[in-house]
Amino acid sequence: MATAQTEIKVTLEIAAEHGITREEYARIQKILKRDPNITELGIFSVMWSEHCSYKSSKVHLKRLPTRGKLVVQGPGENAGVVDIGEGLVAAFKIESHNHPSFVEPFQGATTGVGGILRDIFTMGARPIAVMDSLRFGEISRSGEPTTRPRGNAEAFGAHVTTEEEAAKNRRILDGVIRGVGSYGNCFGVPTVGGEVAFEPCYSQNPLVNALALGIARKEDLFFAKAKGTGNPVIYVGAKTGRDGIHGASLLASAEFTEESQQKRPNVQVGDPFMEKLLLEACLEAMKTGAVVAIQDMGAAGLTCSTCEMASRGATGIEIDLAKVPQRETGMSPYEIMLSESQERMLLVAERGREQEVLAVFKKWGLDATVVGEVKDGGLLVVKDHGAVVAQIPAHPLAEEGPVYNRPIAEPKPRKESELDWFHFATEGAELTENLKKLLASPTIASKRWITEQYDTMVRTNTLAGPGASDAAVVRIKETKRALALATDGNGRWTFLNPKAGAMHAVAEAARNVAASGARPIAATNCLNFGSPEKPEVMWQFSQAIDGLGEACVALGTPITGGNVSFYNETLRKSIYPTPVIGMLGILEDASKVLKVAFRKEGDVIVLLDGSTSSNAAHQAPPRAGKQREFSSSEYSKAIGGIVAGEPPAIELGAEKWVIDCLVSLAEAETLQSAHDVSDGGLAVTLAESCFAAVGLGANVAVPEDASAEYALFGERGARVVVSVSPEKLGALRTTARQYGVGAHEIGKVTGDNTLRIEYKGQAVISATVPALREAWACSLERVLFGK
Amino acid sequence: MKFGVVVFPGSNCDHDAFHAIGHVLQKPVEFIWHQSEDLRGCDAIILPGGFSYGDYLRTGAIARFSPVMNSVEKFAKSGGLVLGICNGFQILCEAGLLPGAMMRNAGLRFICRHVHIRVEQTDSPFTCAAKKGQILRIPIAHSDGNYNCDAATLAELEKNRQILFRYTTPDGLNDTAGNPNGSMANIAGICSRERNVAGLMPHPERAMEGVLDSEDGVVVFRSMVEALAGVAKAMA
Repeated sequence: MATAQTEIKVTLEIAAEHGITREEYARIQKILKRDPNITELGIFSVMWSEHCSYKSSKVHLKRLPTRGKLVVQGPGENAGVVDIGEGLVAAFKIESHNHPSFVEPFQGATTGVGGILRDIFTMGARPIAVMDSLRFGEISRSGEPTTRPRGNAEAFGAHVTTEEEAAKNRRILDGVIRGVGSYGNCFGVPTVGGEVAFEPCYSQNPLVNALALGIARKEDLFFAKAKGTGNPVIYVGAKTGRDGIHGASLLASAEFTEESQQKRPNVQVGDPFMEKLLLEACLEAMKTGAVVAIQDMGAAGLTCSTCEMASRGATGIEIDLAKVPQRETGMSPYEIMLSESQERMLLVAERGREQEVLAVFKKWGLDATVVGEVKDGGLLVVKDHGAVVAQIPAHPLAEEGPVYNRPIAEPKPRKESELDWFHFATEGAELTENLKKLLASPTIASKRWITEQYDTMVRTNTLAGPGASDAAVVRIKETKRALALATDGNGRWTFLNPKAGAMHAVAEAARNVAASGARPIAATNCLNFGSPEKPEVMWQFSQAIDGLGEACVALGTPITGGNVSFYNETLRKSIYPTPVIGMLGILEDASKVLKVAFRKEGDVIVLLDGSTSSNAAHQAPPRAGKQREFSSSEYSKAIGGIVAGEPPAIELGAEKWVIDCLVSLAEAETLQSAHDVSDGGLAVTLAESCFAAVGLGANVAVPEDASAEYALFGERGARVVVSVSPEKLGALRTTARQYGVGAHEIGKVTGDNTLRIEYKGQAVISATVPALREAWACSLERVLFGK
Repeated sequence: MKFGVVVFPGSNCDHDAFHAIGHVLQKPVEFIWHQSEDLRGCDAIILPGGFSYGDYLRTGAIARFSPVMNSVEKFAKSGGLVLGICNGFQILCEAGLLPGAMMRNAGLRFICRHVHIRVEQTDSPFTCAAKKGQILRIPIAHSDGNYNCDAATLAELEKNRQILFRYTTPDGLNDTAGNPNGSMANIAGICSRERNVAGLMPHPERAMEGVLDSEDGVVVFRSMVEALAGVAKAMA
């Protein structure tokens, strides 16, 4: 049934509606040496979309370090792969699903998780952990006028969140959390952590970045390279429906058939049960040895999987759409090729052995059909009942899309003076009360309400689940080893200084991994930005790439893959540029995992500080500098209502020393606990180490600094709070000296369940741990349900 | 002595049960595919946790029709040990091998966390190695664990001492406060009248090793091993 759509004459207007520019159209004509038909136009439009082609980011992404001793596969495959020893490799990647999660939070989030899981098992790796990095708008309305945020208007500092907006953000949060949980729980992979932060800029544009990690034997890895002329191309998994076709609006406006006019939601619907079957069936099919190549059908579905496999394998592929399992009747070639129905895979089998593969899928009750074969000549040929409906050279389609070096313009300097900055309290500040408020602010508050909705333990490998350690740690059962994972990215900081913010994201993720005892080895990134058509956004992007690159080189953690998400705009402004880093680390001995909880009364609390070592040429900024730096902190936002200034200066050398020092201390089993200093500063770090313990408190004197607030709540990096038994204090000092890291003895773990912090000989914080925990533990529920 | 772990489409704690029995307790164990009616000479059958058939329709409602369940039923009727964990418990209820049914958790959300349960009876093959009143710290991970039955059934369960585990607080003093899902009579696990079939919502297979935060689940599997060893001894 060849359809009428193929006869629609493609014009520049129709191309424009597909987001294809005049220049891009000319390029298509040049590649085809003729005009495309509507199906071909659709295929080009999705492959050359920003999402699939990285046309605006490519020139910048090249600057990222992607190679390293342990990197088995860098960017360009379904996921990055690194060697983790003992013949094993880890495949991991992070990807965004931001827009769908705004339109339909539950399904948007589930399909985000589903998509990234497929990327992992497509490589032949069994997923062992999922993490989610989430950003939402504020979930409670701004306070009374006197306490309303004043700060920098450009930084959303002055944005007032209304009750209506807050309610909408709470609904989005709820849907996303349920969605993330529902997919991982049913699929049977533990959702081991991630982070959640709140800023007004994510109000109409939440960020849902899902990271998945899998492991495989090195020799069992699979790649998406179609090879072997005559090998059958097999479609497996869910049937193809009309969901997720981006051209739906075009079809409607071009007055095609009645059915095509129905508006279909562009958000796909996830079926984790189907994906679980697909996982088991794919891994089993791979074991037969009859599978040559495999790729999942994610964005751009059948189009992307066919042309990318052909392009990578330098071959052609021919398929007949009549053989594609379809959920609906009367689908046009255009619709079938562009459908983004979930839980589908395309694989190439060895000719003559296809029955072995098909039998495995039959066992698991899945559709598996030969839909075509690998051909010589490099052409993607799409037929419908034998008639050619599209014929495109695969390599130019997949790899020779437009590349833009978009205009870059540094935005005008923010109009900001000392008056806009945070003013340290001179006296009488209610610091204990402020600590409670800070602990209750949604970004810092316990995420237990969220993480309890995730199965964090299935597969019985989770040595450190959400909050137990600075990184999530999962063991690898057949070895002594464990892998650690952390995600980080402070959008506020990246807004205030894109390069420094991006460097902090890498440094904090690596520090978190090291604070679990693991050595950070490689990273994956999810780059969430505004519209690339705005020169200021491209400047942020370019700066952030420079920062990521510099930090990854300095810390020895190459980027092995990830994803770019542009066009994140809300309230008529771009979101804070938000590069999220997923960092992977190896713990050689799983029994040496470090956690945040204080362990024993009498243990010595030590602040490891890379910036105050003998190596560091650290120059403490003057008071005004500290004021400016502090204005970008969580405390400044939550307590002062000020978002301004600059993130703390970053010293990559200091970060590296602290990381190496921690790994060495963990290896020697010197430490009792470790917890890095980040959002909320030293006071929050100490409080959290108390919360994770039972019946323990801390008695601490913080070093004198510009002010008590700066000393307690400042967020300068390269610092970690560790506890150590008195007998091992000497060993700690020796190691710290070796790595050139300052080791400041700041207090003791106490048995009285009280957190007491002194500044200049005065108790500035004094509260029982249960009272502080109360503020922190149930704050999210209070905000969400008014409890 | 051999354990069999049934694999339904969508089971996802099958490997965990296998690991708990095979690697932690070092007892023979194998997987049994749901379409097989052959229980391969196993002496005890585990129906593992997960989302069999995606929990579509109702938890456990489709899995109970898998071919393997015919054999499991016969095996149970002839006195064989059958333990259903989480989704396995739900399947046993749907199959009528245990009384009652599961509703959505009272809070209507999936909950994953460690809970405390009290061993109520020790005269069962699943609790014989435990002390009566012993409090176990074991994780739950479910959306539908709100056990329910009619008053007559509950009276029967009580009378026949079929309630093996109840939720409680860490000190064992307040069962209602320790109940995470609203289950009737704070029930976390029950056994059949003949005591050879049991189901519980918490996951003992996740609490088998100190590195995973609790070893309290060992006692459930240890009980089964001792019960089977006792039978073997009696027959020798």
